[in-house]
Amino acid sequence: MSVKQALLALLEEGPRYGYQLRAQFEQRTGSTWPLNVGQVYTTLTRLERDGLVVGAGADDEGHVVYRITDDGRDAVAAWFTTPVERTQPPRDELAIKLALAVTVPGVDVGAVIQQQRSATMSALQDYTRLKRQAEGGELSWSLVLDSLVFAAEAEIRWLDHCEARLRRAQIERPETLLDEILTEEADEEARR
Amino acid sequence: MNAPTSAVLRMDAVTRVHGEGATEVHALRSVSFGVHPGELVAVMGPSGSGKSTLLTLAGGLDSPTSGTVSVEGTDLEGLGAAGRARMRRTSIGYVFQDFNLIPALNAIENVALPLELDGVRTRTARAAARAALDEVGIGDLATRFPDHMSGGQQQRVAIARAVVGDRRLILADEPTGALDSDTGESILRLLRARCDAGAAGVLVTHEARHAAWADRVVFLRDGVVVDETGADSAEVLIDSGTPR
Ligand SMILES: Nc1ncnc2c1ncn2[C@@H]1O[C@H](COP(=O)(O)OP(=O)(O)O)[C@@H](O)[C@H]1O
Ligand SMILES: [Mg+2]
Repeated sequence: MSVKQALLALLEEGPRYGYQLRAQFEQRTGSTWPLNVGQVYTTLTRLERDGLVVGAGADDEGHVVYRITDDGRDAVAAWFTTPVERTQPPRDELAIKLALAVTVPGVDVGAVIQQQRSATMSALQDYTRLKRQAEGGELSWSLVLDSLVFAAEAEIRWLDHCEARLRRAQIERPETLLDEILTEEADEEARR
Repeated sequence: MNAPTSAVLRMDAVTRVHGEGATEVHALRSVSFGVHPGELVAVMGPSGSGKSTLLTLAGGLDSPTSGTVSVEGTDLEGLGAAGRARMRRTSIGYVFQDFNLIPALNAIENVALPLELDGVRTRTARAAARAALDEVGIGDLATRFPDHMSGGQQQRVAIARAVVGDRRLILADEPTGALDSDTGESILRLLRARCDAGAAGVLVTHEARHAAWADRVVFLRDGVVVDETGADSAEVLIDSGTPR
């Protein structure tokens, strides 16, 4: 995860110290990806080494404050104008699990699919509950929740699709099915 | 009196077989579940898995081949056709997949009809119907006839008719099918609010994002409940067994 870019982006708003950066990051993302403060300071040290931030002394309470440099601003601009790389699809483990489930003998693929669908549905219920609670709250957090909702929804749709395909293709050779599922998975990823 | 935790809807080992012999279809096989006050349960499953069958049985619109369906502790079979019809006017709100509005009545008359049939005074019934139409966001279409409304508008009239008055059990078959995503979400909000206020709800949907508003999601496959989310295990044990 791009802790580095996220911290830099927050520093665009003005000089901050580590605890402040962590608090602001978590506020905007609803603590979906918790940061520990050690991670924040390690990252700040690396950003300083790379010349993207500079230490700007301590505030009245002794917190070490960091300020973004011109190179840092360029890095933030580059981050916002470059698409996120899609080389590591987050659903990889599930796709691999299903790919193996349809080929390894003796696996009840239907049960694998249903178990996952139930788990993903439970997560979707949790996100929906959080969305209802967050109503009227901060836009940034609500957008993060939407992202989780869409991803869970897409996963359930894909599972439904796999199940329907399996039902139709029970007589097909499993290798063929495996290829098709993986191709569709890749297509789906490309569309998201 | 029922205990406070007793189910508004309870289905015990409900089986429904259509036709016989070679054309026999087992639409539902020994399905058991309960829905309690305050609870919204979503039913998901592929086309033909028995979702509508389950809902029509729960609403007393169809009778099980075996097993029992009870609403607020009363066995629907024992009520007879007239008793079931009265239950549908007063306790059970039903949103049909194809809306089922009466073409000769305008929106407010359609919504007020169950109340008026039950003997509520016209003025009172119309006021309640008007409030329900407002709730689904089409108060301004009160005097419009179904033929002059879009699919989404008709669907909202059907939903208003199902929630008007003090319904204890709300059954909705794909109630968001004809709606855009914002309107669909507002309908879910409404169903959720009714359940939070103490009604019991069953929502059939193929949209995961809508099912996610429910407390529990039940998965149907070939007429069998294969799985469910969100239930605490004690509830499952109680609800899947035979009557206490
Ligand atoms: N009146 C009927 N006569 C014969 N078969 C029926 C009837 N109603 C439903 N079925 C069959 O029962 C099964 C379940 O149908 P239904 O409950 O409508 O499914 P769903 O709503 O999940 O699509 C299907 O195979 C359907 O063809
Ligand atoms: Mg149906």
